[in-house]
Amino acid sequence: MAFRFDSVQDVRDRLRKVDYLSDEGIAGVVYLADRLGKPILVEGPAGTGKTQLAKSVAEMTGSRLIRLQCYEGLDESKALYEWNYKKQLLRIQAERDAEQSWDDISSNIFGEDFLLTRPLLEAIRADDPVVLLIDEVDRVEIETEALLLEILSDYQVSIPELGTITAKQIPLVFLTSNNTRELSEALKRRCLFLHIDYPDMDREKDIVLTKVPEVTEALADQIARIVRSIRQLELKKSPSVSETLDWARTLLLLGIEQVDEQAATSTINILLKYQSDIAKAMREFASDKDGKRAGFPKIAP
Amino acid sequence: MTDLDLPEVPELTGRPLVDLLEGFIRELREAGIPASLTENLDAMQAVKHIPLEDREAFKYALGATLVKSNAHWRAFETVFEVYFSLRGRQFAIGDDAEEAPGEDDEDGAQGEMPGQGGMQGSGSGDALSPEELAEMLYRALMEGDDAMLRALARQAVKRYAGMEPGRPVGGTYYLYRTLRNLDLDNMLERMMANAREESPGPLTGLEERLERDEFESRIEQLKKEIEAEIRRRLVMDRGVEAMAKTLRKPLPEDVDFMHASREEMASLRKAIYPLTRKLAVRLARKRRHGRKGPLDFRNTVRHSLSYGGVPAEPKFRYPRPAKPEIFVIADISGSVAAFARFTLHLVYAISNQFSKVRAFVFIDGIDEVTRFFEGVEDIGHAVHRVNTEADVVWVDGHSDYGHAFEVFFNKWGKDIGPKTTVLILGDARNNYHATQSWVLKEIRHKARHLYWLNPEPASYWNTGDSVVGEYGIHCDGVEECRNLRQLERFVDKLV
Repeated sequence: MAFRFDSVQDVRDRLRKVDYLSDEGIAGVVYLADRLGKPILVEGPAGTGKTQLAKSVAEMTGSRLIRLQCYEGLDESKALYEWNYKKQLLRIQAERDAEQSWDDISSNIFGEDFLLTRPLLEAIRADDPVVLLIDEVDRVEIETEALLLEILSDYQVSIPELGTITAKQIPLVFLTSNNTRELSEALKRRCLFLHIDYPDMDREKDIVLTKVPEVTEALADQIARIVRSIRQLELKKSPSVSETLDWARTLLLLGIEQVDEQAATSTINILLKYQSDIAKAMREFASDKDGKRAGFPKIAP
Repeated sequence: MTDLDLPEVPELTGRPLVDLLEGFIRELREAGIPASLTENLDAMQAVKHIPLEDREAFKYALGATLVKSNAHWRAFETVFEVYFSLRGRQFAIGDDAEEAPGEDDEDGAQGEMPGQGGMQGSGSGDALSPEELAEMLYRALMEGDDAMLRALARQAVKRYAGMEPGRPVGGTYYLYRTLRNLDLDNMLERMMANAREESPGPLTGLEERLERDEFESRIEQLKKEIEAEIRRRLVMDRGVEAMAKTLRKPLPEDVDFMHASREEMASLRKAIYPLTRKLAVRLARKRRHGRKGPLDFRNTVRHSLSYGGVPAEPKFRYPRPAKPEIFVIADISGSVAAFARFTLHLVYAISNQFSKVRAFVFIDGIDEVTRFFEGVEDIGHAVHRVNTEADVVWVDGHSDYGHAFEVFFNKWGKDIGPKTTVLILGDARNNYHATQSWVLKEIRHKARHLYWLNPEPASYWNTGDSVVGEYGIHCDGVEECRNLRQLERFVDKLV
């Protein structure tokens, strides 16, 4: 089977072309996933580009993205397949008068025509290259996880009436998790694990520059530095990359070239979403005149 | 460094690499990371696809296949360092440490490599005086020159750590010696002073803060380089297995509350927030799910009226489990303070699972601290205030459980009702005061449950001045609660 990527560097370069700035770890794991034919379980704080990674990989390989959004109560008929039961009924009624044995009818109505494919089955049956994204897998109940296991390890779906459908080509699979609960061992074992954390300062600056090209280099640098400092505080919710980008856009709209205390104070609510976090950040940045730290001891980076 | 000049799947030197990986994985398991057999095989597969001289890629390949939780990453990194720090590009050829004296980084700007024993190297570096070294370090830090920093870190270790082969001293000792000689605190001040001078106007608070954070992160980087260098030398001296064992660090959830280092404390504090969130989600789900009740006859009949008397829509009586009321009584004297802090934090973080939470802290006096938590969003801050502002000293500031319990009962005992669950946190080391265990008997009588959480290992209970046994007979349960894992399990059970 042909591989999608030549080397780790190749993954990195191509991701960069679609405006996704990866790092060694991200590119390495994507490369391995392709080589080993294994799904990737992506974990990390909200807003660090987990879903975006799947989208970008789809874009750069020219694949169709099939997305399964997980939620509590997701079941087989929403994730895998469902029999189109209304259509089956119609068919039975239409042929009521025809002299047909039960065997004929049942082989008729349990055919491909009456199958409603859901994302997982669709990804398996696709002829064209696809990227399957199973988003927020930690939201489904632990019992429902079992639905995914067959697909993830063997890339096949068993339908009692039809038999086993095996993938024509192994799709790249991404599972994302916000880590609101421990995923089962069985699931983790089948995946490569990738933790995407907040980017370091240089990468964040690059991201700002790529995504908001109007920003000047100096401003991007300042933004990245301030965000890094804020993330070092013990906050309820650290600013995510997308919030950093929002902030950069806001500063741009307001025509601010140089972030001073005034500007930071008036726009900080874009970065931080909790009142207590905002208060803490303000306290930290305002009372630092003589090099003394106020408030809490911070966690060493 | 591409893999283009290598064969597609490089010929591994068979056994050595496999053996090495096996030892590595065994060590991971020893460190508490659950690496299963299939993951083991995956790892072997994965490294075949990675150009072997690319250490970063190699590390991520192993990490992605073997480590399935972010909390375990640090432990993994440490083991990786120990196993592969010496074997930069050579490990594929032979894993003999003697042959591989760390030529892995070509960026040793001074051309200075740690020699075999680390002592006979005589590069240009030896000619530097301490002042010159400090000056170069200062410059490298100012400019953020990573390659230079790494070279200087090596120099510093060589010069100051005073490492001798075979000396049975831990890495921290060498680290301490090196850092003491470098005097990094002063370095930071000097850098700040320089930054202030260079800036055209006076630095604003914000700028000052940013500069400081930047320099601190560079110094942190330097410390890491120094640590890595010391480790590298120790591995060379003592061999991989011995080093891996001494460096083994508990995972965050296994860190003992009572003996956590500062760094471990920080990792614990980071771990507690996701933990509480997980716990809250799980508990909420539990509450929502256990919903199979008996038929509600009355309600069914009432609804049947709209169907002309046919009970078409059966109604069920859903159980509504009562939310317990929680009283936390915590010893916050020195040795167990950390434990109390974490438990308070945890209990308050999931306080919506309880109808009411009240907290009391004591040493030899007792004080109610519920007020610190009321209407506060930042639990960490409230816990901090508890530790600094609560009035808990009665006579001498040594734990006196007896007195504290007695006062508690006289003042607040009447508030305990049949819905109340009382949690007592402490090691029950009473400094030989009267135990007043009758109070617990009374409390148990009035309350729904009474639990005691003890952060000491169970084998220490009832030794010395610990009287947990005497209190324990009056409790519904006495639990050993030494780390986050045990704490989490208990809280889960409680709700």
